[in-house]
Amino acid sequence: MKFLKAPLLTLLILSVVGLVFDFALDAYFQLILLYALVNCLLSMSLNLVNGYTGQFSLGHAGFMAIGAYFAAYANTKWDILPPALNALEFFIYCTGAGLFAAVAGLLVGLPSLRLKGDYLAIVTLGFGEIIRVTLLNMDFLGGPRGYSNIPGFSSFLFSFIFACVWLTICFFTIWRVMHSTYGRGFLSVREDEIAAEAMGINTTRMKVRAFVLSSFFAGVAGALFAHFTKFISPSSFTFLQSVNVVIMVVLGGMGSMTGSIVAAFIITILPEALRPLQDLTGVDLRMVIYSLSLILVMILRPKGLFGDQEITAVWRKYARRNS
Amino acid sequence: MPDVILEARKITMQFGGLKAVDSLEFKIEKGQLAGLIGPNGAGKTTVFNMLTGVYAPTSGEVLLCGKSLAGLKPFEISHLGMTRTFQNIRLFKDLTVLDNVLIAGHQHMKYGIFDALVQTKKFVTAEQGLMDKAMDLLKIFKMDDKAHKAACSLPYGEQRKLEIVRALATDPKIILLDEPAAGMNHSETHHLMETIAKIRQQFNLTVLLIEHDMKLVMGICENIVVLDHGVKIEEGHPGKVQTSQRVIEAYLGVEEPG
Ligand SMILES: Nc1ncnc2c1ncn2[C@@H]1O[C@H](COP(=O)(O)OP(=O)(O)O)[C@@H](O)[C@H]1O
Ligand SMILES: [Mg+2]
Repeated sequence: MKFLKAPLLTLLILSVVGLVFDFALDAYFQLILLYALVNCLLSMSLNLVNGYTGQFSLGHAGFMAIGAYFAAYANTKWDILPPALNALEFFIYCTGAGLFAAVAGLLVGLPSLRLKGDYLAIVTLGFGEIIRVTLLNMDFLGGPRGYSNIPGFSSFLFSFIFACVWLTICFFTIWRVMHSTYGRGFLSVREDEIAAEAMGINTTRMKVRAFVLSSFFAGVAGALFAHFTKFISPSSFTFLQSVNVVIMVVLGGMGSMTGSIVAAFIITILPEALRPLQDLTGVDLRMVIYSLSLILVMILRPKGLFGDQEITAVWRKYARRNS
Repeated sequence: MPDVILEARKITMQFGGLKAVDSLEFKIEKGQLAGLIGPNGAGKTTVFNMLTGVYAPTSGEVLLCGKSLAGLKPFEISHLGMTRTFQNIRLFKDLTVLDNVLIAGHQHMKYGIFDALVQTKKFVTAEQGLMDKAMDLLKIFKMDDKAHKAACSLPYGEQRKLEIVRALATDPKIILLDEPAAGMNHSETHHLMETIAKIRQQFNLTVLLIEHDMKLVMGICENIVVLDHGVKIEEGHPGKVQTSQRVIEAYLGVEEPG
């Protein structure tokens, strides 16, 4: 059980942080914080494909939608466990949502991951749109009106810890995969496919693996999103949502997990943090400042905030320079 | 008759109107150090690409240990024990020297993703074993002190050497080297050739070498295939090739009149 030590410790720390936020923040910012956690899951999982494996997927919102609708449906229609075990039931549905999305990832990935670069981007973009349009026409899922009254947790603290459980699972899963022969396989695909093949790496299989694992956590993120907003509709999962996740990955640095996390927080919180400015000036400058700061970061740090390194390495370098 | 490890049977590669390689036939014996030479554009690299499955030959077939490689993907051919280096260096350049070597060991890693997630004993021992083996290999090439440097930060000659180390880490039976000495100075080249001869002994390898420095190939190869405009114009031991009128006309005459 030694492998559980680090994740449990992380979870413990995060729970304490949650307890602080439970007192310190108002309900509005608490919700923003939960969205930030969902976005962390999305950016970390997309980083696996776009950052580590070097493929360009633009369909993350599609996988998220699959997970969200599955969890929403399961939660309203089914009741597999007694009320006392609600959290466990949620957890099972989230897992189901992830598996559902992972199967979709497999079906999309198998044929399309033979394609390179822009073509893959177009196929995945198309996939996301197909999912959205299909949902629009699915009456038993609410069609364009969406799905409302999705059961979720009543308390912030519970929601926060529940999200952190998944965040921890996601982080340690990807981290450990990346520190195994499979992760090195992903990296070799990004670096040079022809050389990777010559060294015995089945590059297509590697790409599919990364894609499926990535889709799984996108599905889980969708499920959490549905629980937190209690309302979803096809318009929650547009192409723009996919682009948003790509921005997080690029901003954090392709191939940096901690970068993805930090960027997810920045992208979620920055527009909200700029709101007081709007009240002050009377003009909505939020999006202007938001985009300007993104452009600025990309000019100053073209490889993203952390490049392909983790925050610890970036920090060590910084400390060395200043000593 | 000695063991044939690699055989090309009338392999042809057609690029549109250009026949880059035309009905090429040769056999490489087990343990041999063979050379494939010819002027620039003769089709040598194209031959390597056909042997390793990067290109499917337009016609003809390649046999490795008597088994046809038709329809196999490059990674499958690598699993069968044939690997290569590239004329234009193709390292995993943003990764460390060590990672480059570790990746080549992937095919021998028998644990699953789940083992990595729960850090089973199987995972830990396999990773440790791979790491030790990679460091040992790097040590043979005196590169162990650079294990944690980015591959692209190495000087050119060292990058070429790392390509060979990486290829060796797949545990090949036969290794194809595409102009391993390109861009090296005289003493570097000399040193490299000694190393190649040495690793061949040590790892019980068969080596097929592309090289355009004629003298060099003559010095170390036991069997040489000469290619010109995609056609084999001569084959045999260095003495025979060196004195062949066709080779002199096609190649030696131009490059090295002395
Ligand atoms: N992928 C390709 N498409 C079209 N022509 C090619 C391709 N690869 C090689 N060639 C051509 O085939 C010929 C042989 O090239 P190559 O095998 O690289 O020669 P060498 O390695 O002997 O210098 C050249 O004329 C080259 O332009
Ligand atoms: Mg060549």
